[in-house]
Amino acid sequence: MTTSSEDVLLQMGEVRYKKGDGTLYVMNERLAWMAENRDTVAVSHRFADIKMQKISPEGKPKVQLQVVLHDGNSSTFHFVNRNGLQAMLEDRDKVKELLQQLLPNFKRKVDKELEEKNRILSENPNLLQLYKDLVITQVLTSEEFWATHAKEHAMKKNNKKQDIGVSGAFLADIKPQTDGCNGLKYNLTPDIILCIFKTYPAVKRKHQENVPSKMTEAEFWTKFFQSHYFHRDRITAGSKDIFTECGKIDDQTLKAAVQQGAGDPLLDLKQFEDVPLEEGFCSVAGDRNISNSGNIVHQNMIKRFNQHSIMVLKTCADVSGSSTSTANGPATKTKDSKSTENATANGGVEKSKSSKEGKASDADSNSTSNSTANGVLGSPDKPAKRQRIIEKIHYEDLGEPLIESADATDSSQKLKKSQQLSLAKEERYLHGPMPITGYDMHEDPRRMEEIQYHLMRATETWNQRTPAKVLVSPTAAVNALGELSPGGALMRGFHEQSVGQLVPPDFEKDLRNLYLSLSELLKHFWNSFPPTTAEAEERAVRMHDALQRFKMAKLVPFESRALHELSPLGASLTQHLNRLLQSANTKFATWQERKKRQNR
Amino acid sequence: MKLSVDGLLVYFPYEYIYPEQYAYMLELKRTLDAKGHCLLEMPSGTGKTATLLSLIVAYMVEHPDVIRKLIYCSRTVPEIEKVIAELQNLMSYYQKNAPEPPALLGLVLSSRKNMCIHPEVSREREGKAVDGKCFGLTASYIREHHEIDPENNPICQYYEGFTLEGKESMMPPGVYSIDDLKEYGRMRNWCPYFLARFAITHAQIVVYSYHYLLDPKIAEVVSKEMTKQCCVVFDEAHNIDNVCIDSMSVKINRRIVERSTNALNNLQKLVQDMREDDANRLNDEYQRMVQGLKDAQVQRETDMVLANPVLPADVLKEVVPGNIRNADHFLSFLRRFVEYIKTRLRVHHVVQESPAGFLKDVASKICIERKPLRFCAERLASLLRTLEITDMTEYGALTLITHFATLVSTYTKGFTIIVEPFDDKTPTVINPILHFSCLDSSIAMAPVFKRFQTVVITSGTLSPMDMYPKILDFDPVIMSSFTMTLARPCLLPMIVSKGNDQVAISSKFETREDTAVIRNYGQLLVETAKTVPDGIVCFFTSYLYLESVVASWYDQGIVDTLLRYKLLFIETQDNAETSYALMNYVKACDCGRGAVLLAVARGKVSEGVDFDHHYGRAVLMFGIPYVYTQSRILKARLDYLRDQFQIRENDFLTFDAMRHAAQCVGRALRGKTDYGIMIFADKRFSRQDKRSRLPKWIQEHLVDSFCNLSTEEVMQLARRWLRRMAQPFTREDQLGISLLTLEQLENAEKEKLERQAQGKEGVGGEVMEL
Repeated sequence: MTTSSEDVLLQMGEVRYKKGDGTLYVMNERLAWMAENRDTVAVSHRFADIKMQKISPEGKPKVQLQVVLHDGNSSTFHFVNRNGLQAMLEDRDKVKELLQQLLPNFKRKVDKELEEKNRILSENPNLLQLYKDLVITQVLTSEEFWATHAKEHAMKKNNKKQDIGVSGAFLADIKPQTDGCNGLKYNLTPDIILCIFKTYPAVKRKHQENVPSKMTEAEFWTKFFQSHYFHRDRITAGSKDIFTECGKIDDQTLKAAVQQGAGDPLLDLKQFEDVPLEEGFCSVAGDRNISNSGNIVHQNMIKRFNQHSIMVLKTCADVSGSSTSTANGPATKTKDSKSTENATANGGVEKSKSSKEGKASDADSNSTSNSTANGVLGSPDKPAKRQRIIEKIHYEDLGEPLIESADATDSSQKLKKSQQLSLAKEERYLHGPMPITGYDMHEDPRRMEEIQYHLMRATETWNQRTPAKVLVSPTAAVNALGELSPGGALMRGFHEQSVGQLVPPDFEKDLRNLYLSLSELLKHFWNSFPPTTAEAEERAVRMHDALQRFKMAKLVPFESRALHELSPLGASLTQHLNRLLQSANTKFATWQERKKRQNR
Repeated sequence: MKLSVDGLLVYFPYEYIYPEQYAYMLELKRTLDAKGHCLLEMPSGTGKTATLLSLIVAYMVEHPDVIRKLIYCSRTVPEIEKVIAELQNLMSYYQKNAPEPPALLGLVLSSRKNMCIHPEVSREREGKAVDGKCFGLTASYIREHHEIDPENNPICQYYEGFTLEGKESMMPPGVYSIDDLKEYGRMRNWCPYFLARFAITHAQIVVYSYHYLLDPKIAEVVSKEMTKQCCVVFDEAHNIDNVCIDSMSVKINRRIVERSTNALNNLQKLVQDMREDDANRLNDEYQRMVQGLKDAQVQRETDMVLANPVLPADVLKEVVPGNIRNADHFLSFLRRFVEYIKTRLRVHHVVQESPAGFLKDVASKICIERKPLRFCAERLASLLRTLEITDMTEYGALTLITHFATLVSTYTKGFTIIVEPFDDKTPTVINPILHFSCLDSSIAMAPVFKRFQTVVITSGTLSPMDMYPKILDFDPVIMSSFTMTLARPCLLPMIVSKGNDQVAISSKFETREDTAVIRNYGQLLVETAKTVPDGIVCFFTSYLYLESVVASWYDQGIVDTLLRYKLLFIETQDNAETSYALMNYVKACDCGRGAVLLAVARGKVSEGVDFDHHYGRAVLMFGIPYVYTQSRILKARLDYLRDQFQIRENDFLTFDAMRHAAQCVGRALRGKTDYGIMIFADKRFSRQDKRSRLPKWIQEHLVDSFCNLSTEEVMQLARRWLRRMAQPFTREDQLGISLLTLEQLENAEKEKLERQAQGKEGVGGEVMEL
C-alpha cells in the first residue's frame, strides 16, 4: 500500500491500535499504522481526510491520540513506550506537532472543495433544495449526491470558463467626459480593466506593484490616463511617470519578437532580396523608398498601433494555444470554398497514398528524407515552408497536381485542429438573431403563389356564409352564455374553488419540492435500467433503496401532515407521487423476481 | 493532361486547364518558333508559371536543337521557390506519364546567405557578412596558406569537398530547390552555392533572380557562359525597367567617402608591409599589368566578388595604363579621386551635370584622365587579390567608388550626375548625396536581348503594353494581353470619386492635406471594414502620405472606430517590423478576427506579398500612386525619355502610376476561386486616360456605372456582390466556361479560344449590373 515515493517523516514504535502493538508512520500525505511483524498497513488515513486530532488530557494514565475524519470515523492510537509516561508523552507530542504542521496544508484543499460545492449550491437554488431534501434527511449520502445528482453542475462550472475576447477598440470605448470644471472623467468597468491587464501585462505588473501599497486604485488609473502610454501620440522620452517603464518593456518584447523573424518565408520581407550589395549600389532594396519625414511622433504612433493590434491578437492567441498561422490557413477559409476544398483535399490524400504504394516518386522520397534529415540539423521549419509553397502554387480548380508529398498533408492534418468555440446558445450563433417565431418565411415564389391561391379560395367561401345560416340567434347565445357563467342558473352546484385555492401556499411549496426531489431520484432510478452489468445492478438496488428511504423520510410525514390538516384533500394530493413510486417499485420487484428465477 | 499545342505535345500537370492558359501557350510557341522576343500579359492567378514551364519544357524536349536552356528569372526569393515547386510538379508528372521521361536538370541559384551550410558562416543574418566570411574561407590564397599553416588559416570543408570531387561529375537529373541543394551538399560534403554556380552552366533549367542576368557586375561572375540558344523568362516583369536602371546606378554619400578614405589608409599600410615582407608579389603584379596579362592568371571562381560594373561589350581590352600600374601610384590616384568627390559633396545648391562635364572637371581639377578611370574597378580588384585581403566588407565603400569611376568614364550617354546637398523635405539637415543615375533602361537590357534567342517578358500587369518595347528598346514578335475568363464576376472594381458628403476625393497635391478628403478616406475605410469580412488591404501613394493620414485619422477618432471592427496593422519603413506586423495580420485573418493593413504602393508589401482569399477580400487604393515628381532623377529621366524615345512626360508618369496601382490592386486576386473587391479611391481614376491604362482583365469589369460612386453606393454594391460570392462555387460551375477538360479543349476551335482569352468575345462571366 505504501508507495515508494512517499517519504516517511516520522516513525514511532510502540503504538497500540485496537489492542494490537505496532508502529505509527507519519508520511508525506498520510498517517499509517502497521501491526508488529506484519508488512501490510492496517490503518491509513490521508491527511486530506482528517478533520482534526484530539489528545488525551494531561494526567490520564493512557496517553492517546485520536484523529477524527471528515466522515465521522475516528482512530485512536495508544502510545505505550516502555520507558514510562514521560517518554510516552514525548512520543505523542512529536506526532502531534508534526501533524499540526502538516494538516493545514491539506485543509485548504478540502476547504476549497467545500467552498466550490457551497458556491455551486448557492448558485443553483434547485440543487440546494434537492440537497436539503435528500442529503440532510439522509436519503442519500453526501458523496453519492455529488457524484451522481450534481455531477453536471460541477462539470459545467469547469467548462464554463470561457474568457471574453478583447475588443480592438477597448481603449477607445473609455470615453472621457468633461466634468464641467476643466477636468475629464473616465469610466472604467471591470471588463475594461481586465482587457487592459490582458493586453498589457506590463501595466498589470505595475498595478500589482503599486496598488495599494504606494497609491490607491483611483490614483493609479488617473496616472494611466495621463500617461503617454494611453495617449499614443505622445513620446516616451521626457515624461517621467511609472508607465515609461511599461513602454520600454513593451518595446523590448516587440523588438525581441521582431528579431526572431516572421517564421513564414513568404511573409519575411528581409528574405525577399537575393542580392547582397554595398549600400551605395541602387539595386539594394529599401533605398528607393526611404524618405524620412523626420516626424517621430507619427512614426511612434504607427508603431504603437501595430503594437496594440499585435498585443490584442496575442490575448486570443494565448487562449488558442499554439495554433500556427500556417495551420489555420486552410482550416479557416470562408465557407464557400470550404466544401469543395475538403473534397479535393481528401482526394489528394488518397492519390498520394496510391502513388506511394505503386512507386514512390523521386520528389516524394526526396522530401521525406529532407524532413527527417533537417529535423536533426535543427531546421524544423522546412517541411512547413515547403507546404506553404505548395499551398501557394496550388490551384484548386485545376485539379490536384500529381505530386503532393505525403508528409505535407499529414502535417497539415495534424496542425488543423483549432480552438473550439463553446457556445451558450448554439442556434443563435448559427442562425443569427432569430426572426419572430410562429411565422414562416416562404422564400420559394411558387409556394407563395400556391398559398395565395388557397387564400383566395378560402375567402370566396366566406361570402357564402349568410346570416340565414346562423344556427342560434345572437340574443339566445348571449343568454346561454350568461346562464353558463358563474352565478348563472346552470352553474348552481359548482364550487368556485379550485385545488390551487384549497391548498395553502406552504403545502404547495412542500409539494413542489417533493416533486423535484422525487423526480430527480426517479430519473436516476430509471436511468439504471436495464441493468446489464453488475455495477449497474448494484446501482439500481441503491437507487431503489434511496427511493424507499425518501418515501419514509419525506413522503410519509408529508402525507400524514396533509391528512391531518387538509382532511378532504389530503389523500388526493400525493396520489400522483405515490403512483410514480409504485410503478418504480413494481419495476424493481419484477426485475428482482426475474433475477431470482434466472439464478435458479 | 497531355495536350497538343499547335502540333507540340505538352504535358500539363493538372487535370483541367484554363482557356487563357491554352491561348498563352499558343502565343509562346509562336515566339519560340520565330526565335524572337515577346511581351505577354496574363492576370495573376491564372497559372502563368505552370503554363510557361510546361510549354517551354515540352519545346525543349521536342526541339532540343532550338532551345537548349531555360533561364527563369523572378523577383523575390519566395517567387523563385514557387517556380521551383511548380517545376517539381511538372517533372514528376513527366516521370509518371511520359513514355521516356526527359533527363533534365533544373536548379535554383541564390545568394550565399540562402545557400550556405557552413555551421558558422550560415549563422550570419546579413547577406554581406555571409559573403565576406565565405570569401575569407575560400579565396584561393587563403587555401594556399592553409596548405602551409593549417592551424591559423581555417578553410571551408564543404568548398574543399566540392573542389576535390564535385567538378568531375554531373549532378543527377532532377529538380533541386534551395533546400534540396543544401541537402545534396550536406550528403556529399559539397558546398551547395558553388555546386549550383558550377551546375548552372550545364543545367537545362535555371531559376534565379533578375540581378544574376541584368546586373553586369554580377552577371559577369555568374552567368558568363550561357548558350545563345536560351529562352529567358522574366516573370513579374512590370518593374523590369527600374531593375535595369538600378543595376547601373550608384549613390555616394558622406559616409561612403569616409569609409573609403579609411580603406585607402589601410591599403596603404598593407602595401607598405608587403613591400618590406615580400616585394616580389607586388612586382609580379606590376609585371602582369605591363604585359596586359591580367587575364592570363586563371580567375578562380572564389576570388571574384564583383566583376566590372560595365557591360561586357564596353570593357576595354587593353593594357592597364602606366600611371596606375604601381600599387602606390594607384592608391594615391584613388586618394585624389576620393578627395575630389569629397569636395563635390561640399555644395550648397543642387548640381546636375553630364558624365562628360564631370570628367572634364575631374581632368581640370585633379588631372585625372578618362582612361585610367575606366580601369579603376578592375585595378582595385587586382590589388585586393594581390594583398590577399580576407575581410572584404571593409572595402565595400572603396569598391563602390571605383565602380563609379569606371561607369562614369565609360558611359557618356544615358546617364546623369546629380549632387543634392540636402533632402528636399528636410532642407535644414545637410546630407549631401551624389547620384550617378542611369536614365536608359535599355542599356542594361540590350545585351540580354542580343545574347539570347528568346526573351519572354511577362507579368500580371504590363498594361499599357506599348510602353515596354519603347523603354526597353526592343522589337517583340508577339505582344499580347490575356484576360481572365470567369464563370462568375469574382472581381469588383469600383471607382469612388466622392464621399458621402459629396466632396470629391483625390490625393491630388492641392487637396491631399484637406481634412475633408482625409475624413472621407477614413469613412470609406471604416465602412469597408464594416461590410467586408476578413482581411482588407489599403495602399497609400507614399509613406509620407500614409503617416500624415494616419495621424489625422487618430485625431479625428477614425482609428478608434476602425479598431471596433478590425485590428489595424501598418507597414513601416523597417522591414523586420513590417514582416512581424504582416505575420500578425495573417494570424488575425486566420483566426477570423479580421484586420486592416495599411501599406504603401511601390513598397515591399505591394511587390512581394500576396493577399489571396481571406487575406484580402478588399483592396483600397487611396489616390493615384504617382512617383514623387519633384525628384530630380525622375525629371532627368523624363527629359531623356522625351528626347530619345519621344515619350511624353505625362504618358510615362501615368503609365508608371497605373502599373503600380494595378499591381497593388491585383494582390487581392490570386485565382478564379478567389474573389476580391478593388476600390480605386480617387476622382481622377474615372478619367479615360487613367482607366484605359488599367490591365484589360480589370477594365472589363469596370463598367461606366461603377466609375463615379460615392461611399454609400459602393458599400451597397459591395454588400450585394459579397452575398453572391459567398455562395458555393464548384468546379462544375466553371467547367466549359473558364475551365476546360481535355475533351472540351479539343472540341473547341483554337481561334475561338484565343479570341475569348484575349477578351474579344464575351463569355459567361457577365458583369454585375447596377
